[in-house]
Amino acid sequence: MTDAGVAAPSLGGRTTHAHGARDRRVWLAVAVLVVVLPHAPGLTTDFGRSLLTQMGIAIVFALSYNVLFGETGLLSFGHAVYFGLGGYAAIHCMRAINHGLPLPMPFVPLAGAAGGLVCGLAFGALTTRRAGTIFALISLGVGELVYAATFLLPGLFGGEEGITASRTRALALPGLDLGSQLQVYYVVAAWALVSAAAMRAFTRTPVGRLCNAVRDNPERVQFVGYDPQRIRFIAFAVAGLFAGVAGGLHALNYEIVAADAVGAQRSGSVLVMAYMGGTGSFAGPVVGAIVLTWLETSLSAYTSAWLLYVGLIFIAIILFAPAGLWGIVAMHAPILHTRALRRVLARYAVALLPGAIMVAGAAALIEMSYRLSTQRELGSVVKLGPLALDASTPVPWIAGAAMLVGGLVLLRISARFVAVAWQAATLEARGGGAP
Amino acid sequence: MNAGSPPALELVEVHKRFGATPIVRGVSLAVAPGERHALIGPNGAGKSTLFNVISGRFAPTQGSIRLHGREIAGARAYEINRLGLSRSFQVTNIFPRLSVFENVRCSVLWSLGHRYDWRHPVDRLPDVRERTERTLEQIRMTSRRDAPAGVLTYAEQRALEIGITIASGADVILLDEPTAGMSRSEADNAVELVRTVSQDRTLLIVEHDMSVVFGLADRISVLVYGRIVATDTPQRIRANADVQTAYLGVTAHA
Repeated sequence: MTDAGVAAPSLGGRTTHAHGARDRRVWLAVAVLVVVLPHAPGLTTDFGRSLLTQMGIAIVFALSYNVLFGETGLLSFGHAVYFGLGGYAAIHCMRAINHGLPLPMPFVPLAGAAGGLVCGLAFGALTTRRAGTIFALISLGVGELVYAATFLLPGLFGGEEGITASRTRALALPGLDLGSQLQVYYVVAAWALVSAAAMRAFTRTPVGRLCNAVRDNPERVQFVGYDPQRIRFIAFAVAGLFAGVAGGLHALNYEIVAADAVGAQRSGSVLVMAYMGGTGSFAGPVVGAIVLTWLETSLSAYTSAWLLYVGLIFIAIILFAPAGLWGIVAMHAPILHTRALRRVLARYAVALLPGAIMVAGAAALIEMSYRLSTQRELGSVVKLGPLALDASTPVPWIAGAAMLVGGLVLLRISARFVAVAWQAATLEARGGGAP
Repeated sequence: MNAGSPPALELVEVHKRFGATPIVRGVSLAVAPGERHALIGPNGAGKSTLFNVISGRFAPTQGSIRLHGREIAGARAYEINRLGLSRSFQVTNIFPRLSVFENVRCSVLWSLGHRYDWRHPVDRLPDVRERTERTLEQIRMTSRRDAPAGVLTYAEQRALEIGITIASGADVILLDEPTAGMSRSEADNAVELVRTVSQDRTLLIVEHDMSVVFGLADRISVLVYGRIVATDTPQRIRANADVQTAYLGVTAHA
């Protein structure tokens, strides 16, 4: 209230200052969370802290991807190239440190940044001449090219085995020898925070704003004095730099960088992360990186069909929530203070039941099919939670199909009730907005 | 006094062909500094193509185009814009996902020297904010400043289109049918806007609405089938028999 009151004379001032203050609070909260997280119940194990570390790396990578995709409108199918080459630069730097280079290990991601930036500048000069489909196809080609090159130059890339180094054989900073996963986590988290803040700041500069303009309408950009190709090039270099940081963090965490670091699967997964979380906001790719990393590690512990589930979730988001997971959350901001919100939430809860039935039915069908088609040697009985389903008998199949179809029908009906509640909330938000 | 200074915009024997098809067939034209010059002509006469050639969207096939005496034929669109020539589009050409404020701001940045600045937060550039806010006032869009441009009404988008065009402070502006598709009252507002924003600037405008043209322009050029058949004051254009047969026809007698 006071913020708005003080700066009321200038609309521009108000928006900027209010955003600035809120931004600072958000960053502070995130920083505190990042410090506390590895001590939270359930995350104090090496597994938990390793998961958090992987999430930190994925966040930097996904944010760097969104500089291209969400901010500048460049759909890349080969962003892992800059992650991987940054990673190779970092692992070679680590080897040099192992052999006596007097550089503290936590600064290794800077070598990744340099590698990513140099490759971003070199490949970007070629690929950003065109936008749209042609850019996407060239990025795919460059990705394949670099992947193949890692096998052609074994001295530099080590082929499939990759290059290894040690993160502990170095001159250690006092209290920071990277001997534990917790220390690695904190180094990764610090770099992730710095990188995220830097990318956020970049989007707020004149060039960063023009990136959005190029995304929206590259032709018009030419008629306000800017060369859209140059803007794309700068965005590409920045994205390369931070992908390189992520690659450097990867090298530090795993002490190995191999061909898969530049591969198409990693390029695909960063696209999925950004899209899953939502490319229209800064928080979106962060959410996507966290969720996908979590799915990859936790889901794969339960089922070997985990990639299929990830694919299904991805398709569902593309079809039903193109603004991504964070887009769904952000959608509720306008109705957050309405009284009708309670009813919306209640109806969500009601819709949850048919949703769960549908998912359970689908999971039963998928698991049984997967077992029969790929893992016949494990027998026909599939364990699904407390249930043991025998895929050789018709009953589980019929039950699964009935749950899938019945859940879907009920979900569609309850969706109608959700929509009605939504409409009421929206009306209240509009009408009740002005006191 | 003015004898020594070159025209703000001068075209000499400009041609534009697409493949074998000539669209602009030898246009020569001089627009004096501060003049409001209208370009009229039937559909397909090549008015928009001529605009595209002047503003650098296409290079002319042949001929010379000079901005304050400086050759710009064949230069890139952004280079021409940086030299102080700015244009609007017949089909609204804005940044749909950016706010109204940001649309205008994009056009302000280069001319205030911020260029490819990637180090300073744009919100902390007072000159940028001031110029953007002034432009929003001029186009009367201050109250809509935070709306995404894509959700504006048609008339608002047209006003924003003009805002983007003038915000850089370019002293030669080309407006391509700023009142196209508008209702009478919207068009009247748009004409007032064009009149205000073209003060102290050189204006070249394509317009179909003859009442607008005759009320606004100091001089008029009539483009027919890729050639200028007459350039003169509004009164003499109205009286010109060639123009009447070639283009104005019924309108002039009505």
